[in-house]
Amino acid sequence: MIRKITYGIFLGIIVLSLILFFAAFPFGKNKMAVGKYYLKNDINQTGAANVVTAVTLDYRGFDTLGEVTVLFAAATGVAILFYVLEEDKKKRERQVYPNFVVRVGSRIIFPFILLFGSYIFIHGHLTPGGGFQGGSIIASGFLLLYLAYPGERVNRSKLSVVEGIAGITFAGLGLWGLFTQGNSFLFNFLPKGQLNMIFSAGILPIIYIAIGFKVASEFAGIVDDMMCEAVCSGGEK
Amino acid sequence: MIYASWLLIIAMIVLAILSIEFKDLIAAVVAMGAVSLIISLLFLFLQAPDVAMAEASIGAALTMAIYIIVVRKTERREK
Repeated sequence: MIRKITYGIFLGIIVLSLILFFAAFPFGKNKMAVGKYYLKNDINQTGAANVVTAVTLDYRGFDTLGEVTVLFAAATGVAILFYVLEEDKKKRERQVYPNFVVRVGSRIIFPFILLFGSYIFIHGHLTPGGGFQGGSIIASGFLLLYLAYPGERVNRSKLSVVEGIAGITFAGLGLWGLFTQGNSFLFNFLPKGQLNMIFSAGILPIIYIAIGFKVASEFAGIVDDMMCEAVCSGGEK
Repeated sequence: MIYASWLLIIAMIVLAILSIEFKDLIAAVVAMGAVSLIISLLFLFLQAPDVAMAEASIGAALTMAIYIIVVRKTERREK
């Protein structure tokens, strides 16, 4: 009883403070100077039609490198958690296989998912979306294949090679800008090009393509770990 | 548009409560995925399509799949 009263009091305090906080918060009015600065100077300084991409990759590019690193650490943690020795790994015979429609339909739809994800991260500087979104869409395509063919697995060493090349591309472009061209990390040293064209905004599309490959391979690795834990039995528990 | 978003918010709250209350855990996971889908629609209404795409692909697809795998490995019914 006293516990419920305590819960009620704390809930009331939280609700009251949230109401007071949001009442004092001006919705729909742009009060921040930095947002106005980005909207005004984005096209001249970066040449990207999508302002969100300009902020995440150009003005705040170092933060994005940190995000990619966090994702890499998370994927590595999942891989360590589900690590099974190669000789202990036996494929268990599953009693229930997916039916014909799921198997054939997933094979038909998988290339289109790949195409859509690639479109999203290649056009990240022009239209909404980018490396993280496109990469996770591609990884959901891999998830579809895993659901349709439970015994099959992707080649993990190839995934690791793709991931490493993408990460080196991102960091290497940043260091190239730092040491040879400007004096800042991820300096946009390529020509800006014409607005709204695919070859514009300097290094931003290259970075987003690298992030797309990296995120797709990391999420596919996580899906592979999880599905293998569910499908192929690794020794006795 | 504003009435549609109110309807979506009410549906989202109902689904969030249902995802706690369901005893069948697969149904609870599906309700949670529906919450993510409605959140992504609301992001789209608030003119944030970047966030909407990330929420739809990660929250509604990958997170739900991981939860379903976990439920299949453990128990389906909540005691």
